[in-house]
Amino acid sequence: MDAETIVGSRLTNQSLRRWLHSLPGVDKVGLEQRAASLATRSIKTDSKAWALDLIISMMDLTTLEGADTPARVRSLCNKAITPDEDDLDTPSPAAVCVYGDMVQHAKAAIGKRKIYVAAVATAFPSGRASLRVKLQDTKDAVAAGANEIDMVIDRGAFLSGNYLEVFKQIQAIKQACQRPSGKAAHLKVILETGELQTYDNIRRASYLAMLAGADFIKTSTGKVGVNATLPITLLMLQAVRDWYDEYGIQIGVKPAGGIRTSKDAIRYLVTVKETAGDLWLDPDYFRFGASSLLNDVLMQRKKLKTKTYLGSDYVSVD
Amino acid sequence: MRLDVKKTYKLFIGGKFPRSESGRSYQVSDSKGKHLANVSLASRKDVRDAVSAARSAQPGWAGASAYNRGQVLYRIAEMLEGRRDQFVAEIQALTGKTAKQANAELDAAIDSWVWHAGWTDKIDTVAGSMNPVAGPFFNISTNQPTGVVGAFAPQDSALVGFVNTIAPAIVSGNTIVVVTSEKLSLPALSFGEVLATSDVPGGVVNILSGKESELSGWLVGHMDVNAVDLEGASKPAELELMAADTVKRVLRKGSYERLGSSGSLQHILELMELKTVWHPKGH
Repeated sequence: MDAETIVGSRLTNQSLRRWLHSLPGVDKVGLEQRAASLATRSIKTDSKAWALDLIISMMDLTTLEGADTPARVRSLCNKAITPDEDDLDTPSPAAVCVYGDMVQHAKAAIGKRKIYVAAVATAFPSGRASLRVKLQDTKDAVAAGANEIDMVIDRGAFLSGNYLEVFKQIQAIKQACQRPSGKAAHLKVILETGELQTYDNIRRASYLAMLAGADFIKTSTGKVGVNATLPITLLMLQAVRDWYDEYGIQIGVKPAGGIRTSKDAIRYLVTVKETAGDLWLDPDYFRFGASSLLNDVLMQRKKLKTKTYLGSDYVSVD
Repeated sequence: MRLDVKKTYKLFIGGKFPRSESGRSYQVSDSKGKHLANVSLASRKDVRDAVSAARSAQPGWAGASAYNRGQVLYRIAEMLEGRRDQFVAEIQALTGKTAKQANAELDAAIDSWVWHAGWTDKIDTVAGSMNPVAGPFFNISTNQPTGVVGAFAPQDSALVGFVNTIAPAIVSGNTIVVVTSEKLSLPALSFGEVLATSDVPGGVVNILSGKESELSGWLVGHMDVNAVDLEGASKPAELELMAADTVKRVLRKGSYERLGSSGSLQHILELMELKTVWHPKGH
């Protein structure tokens, strides 16, 4: 279904504005209470073991530092290939997530294994560059073999009400994700919820991204004060669920930044199950953007198996 | 008529006074078997929380200057002195000692504490060394704290045993998770209040009351604990076996000599690691 049919008229800033502002407002208190109540569920033993493995397989193992080196990226990839040398049944993360110029090194390290390489693009994390630069950034990453592109939206344009601009940029990046072979890179759209200020804005940004053809909507870059939170993720899960019910298109959600413990991650899984349902309990439709989470999950896995608490001296720190 | 406000004795973890994660408590009786107080009964998850609090506090405490650590520890002795009546009353009620005997026990505890506090900036002067080597280098051995220590206060001592268990660990910059005597736990838990009102950073000392048999395995087997002190443990041989699965320093029962009731430098050194550095001397 094309965007004009969904919006109900020719796409202009006015029509987009009308459409986005007709979305129901978010009940802040209700949303936060619902998220808090989902966070109290107790997941133990067998269910916990299952959840931990699912969390690993949903992870985008990430390194996005100015100090990233090819060697650092290689060691991250090795960690993704063999998360735990003592237990080779440990599943691998879904993807590694790196800067665009590191894609070639990640690809070389991963080879033909079934771990995707995701690249952040479009002047990540601020998104403050001309469209020409953003497109070239994306094309470079795609040409280097990235399977997924994590783009940031132009928050400045969004906050000043220039929805058409945001929409067009997402569409243009989506085009840039195409390959001559026909196998396009998946597009994850980072809303940077910490900068959108209100829940209403987050709901609007989610709908705008879905309208423009996002395959995933992602909460944050991990580079600002407020990153992924449970209420925000719950809100975005409602958006993708409603979008699927309305238009039959299933879109993924990726909370990123600030999820460091298994306990946190399990709360997210509970929220996925209770909000969007089983269809989203799948690495193709739900991802965790995280770097230190993996070590904590590995420690918890060992704790379940050996019945002793692990120390950080016994897992690789990277 | 007025109702007394009774104190519930709670755990001391990360500078806070939580009830046990399990929500359980047990009753402590006085020397005649009469109910004295309700005390939190720690669980395995309290051990977990205490170890992670100790782990996060460790670098900061070890990084403080020896002089500063000494000042902080002296301050604790001052606080103990100020709460003399409370401690004497608790020791008397639990053990049936006379006021004179209870006062003597508190005196011994404070003296021991001050004795330990004095060591912070003297350890390396006494136990470090400058080693002769065949080359143009200074070769210096210094003592570094081992890290997070797990320990058991002796079951038969209300206060002195507890003080002599934690002081040797923390003077050098270790942080500690200590399991108190089960029946004589009140002075140890009140000691947590002393720590909270002195300048010891939260997490340096973590105090758990409960059944030693329930907690010891989790503490000794915990891989994030760098050393265990089994001097006060009831079944040290069993615990030694459980600790053997991990790389950690184990202080067996009787592995150091005590100097009366005060403590021993050997005990302090057993909870430290020797680090040797080579430094070029020039010509």
